[in-house]
Amino acid sequence: MASNAASTVTMPAEWRDFFALTKPRVMTLVVFTGLAGLLAAPGSIHPVIGFTAILCIALGAGGAAALNQWWEADIDAEMKRTAKRPLPQGKLRREDARDFGFFLSGASVMVMGLAVHWLAALILAGSIFYYAVVYTIWLKPRTPQNIVIGGGAGAFPPLIGWVAVTGDITLMPVILFAIIFIWTPPHFWALALFVKTDYAKVGIPMMPVVAGEKSTRRQIFAYSVALLAVSLVPWFIGGTAAIYGISALVLSAIFLALAIPVSFRTALEGDTMKPEKRLFAWSVIYLFALFTALVADRIILA
Amino acid sequence: MTPDEETEFKRRRSARNKAMGIALLAFVVLFYAITIVRMGD
Repeated sequence: MASNAASTVTMPAEWRDFFALTKPRVMTLVVFTGLAGLLAAPGSIHPVIGFTAILCIALGAGGAAALNQWWEADIDAEMKRTAKRPLPQGKLRREDARDFGFFLSGASVMVMGLAVHWLAALILAGSIFYYAVVYTIWLKPRTPQNIVIGGGAGAFPPLIGWVAVTGDITLMPVILFAIIFIWTPPHFWALALFVKTDYAKVGIPMMPVVAGEKSTRRQIFAYSVALLAVSLVPWFIGGTAAIYGISALVLSAIFLALAIPVSFRTALEGDTMKPEKRLFAWSVIYLFALFTALVADRIILA
Repeated sequence: MTPDEETEFKRRRSARNKAMGIALLAFVVLFYAITIVRMGD
C-alpha cells in the first residue's frame, strides 16, 4: 500500500464520525415525537422503562440512519447537502458504518423487547427494516413517490412510544402515525424545491425532477389540506380535548396558509425561493408544536 | 507513520476507547436499573 494512502486509511475513525452516522439532527425529531407518543398514551410507565423505550427508539433510528448512509455513500458524495457526511469524506470505513448500523439496530430491538415490550420491539424492527430496506434500498431510487414512502419511516416513533406504554395498537397512535406520514411530503418537497439540482445530478427521482415543479407544488397543497383534516381527527374522535384541537387547527391553518403561495406560484430563474424556505422552516416548528400540544392536552387534563 | 501521525493515531484511539467505555458503563447502570424495576413488577 502506498504510504500516503496507508497513513489516512489506517487512522482510526473519531467517535464523532460514528455519532454523525446516526443523523443526530433527525434523531432529535425522532426522540421528541417518540417521547410525545409515550407521554400522550393512556396509562403509565415506570420512568426507567420509559427512558429505555425512548433510548431504544433513538438507537434504532441511529442504526437505520447508519445503514442508510452505508448504502448511499456514493450518492451522498455527489450532493452538496450530504458530501460532508463521514463516509463521503473517507473518515471511516464503509464496512464499519455497516456493522455499526447492524449492531445499533439489533441491540435496540433486543433491549426494547427484553426491557419494555415485545410488540414495541416488533414495530421498532419493522420501522428499521422499512427505512433501511424498503425505502433506502428498494423504493427511493425507483419512484418519485419515495418521499411519501419515506414518510412512513419517520412516522413510527410516536406509535412505538405509545405502544411501549399501552402494549397494544389502537386508533389514536395510528392517527399520530398518519399525521407525520402526511406531514412529510410537503415538508420535504418544500426543501426539494430549493435543492432540486442536487437530486437530479445523482439520479434520485425526486418529485420536482420527475413530475415537474408545477405538479409538486399542487401536491404540496393537497397534502397540506389533508394534514389540516387529519391533525384534527384526534379531537373529533374524542382522543384529545380542545387544548390539542384548537392548537392543531391554528398550527395546520398556518401550515396551509404558508403552503398556498408555494403551491400556486412559478419560480423564475435566480428565484430566492423564500416561500418554500418559509414553509420548510414552519413545517419543523409545526411538528414540535403539534406534539407538544398533544402532551400538554393530556397532562393538563389528567 | 510519522511522529505527528502517531500522536494523532493514539489520540483518536484513546478518545474512541473512552467513548466506548462510557457507553458500556452507562448500559451496565441502565440494565441494573431495568432489572430492579422489572423485579418489582
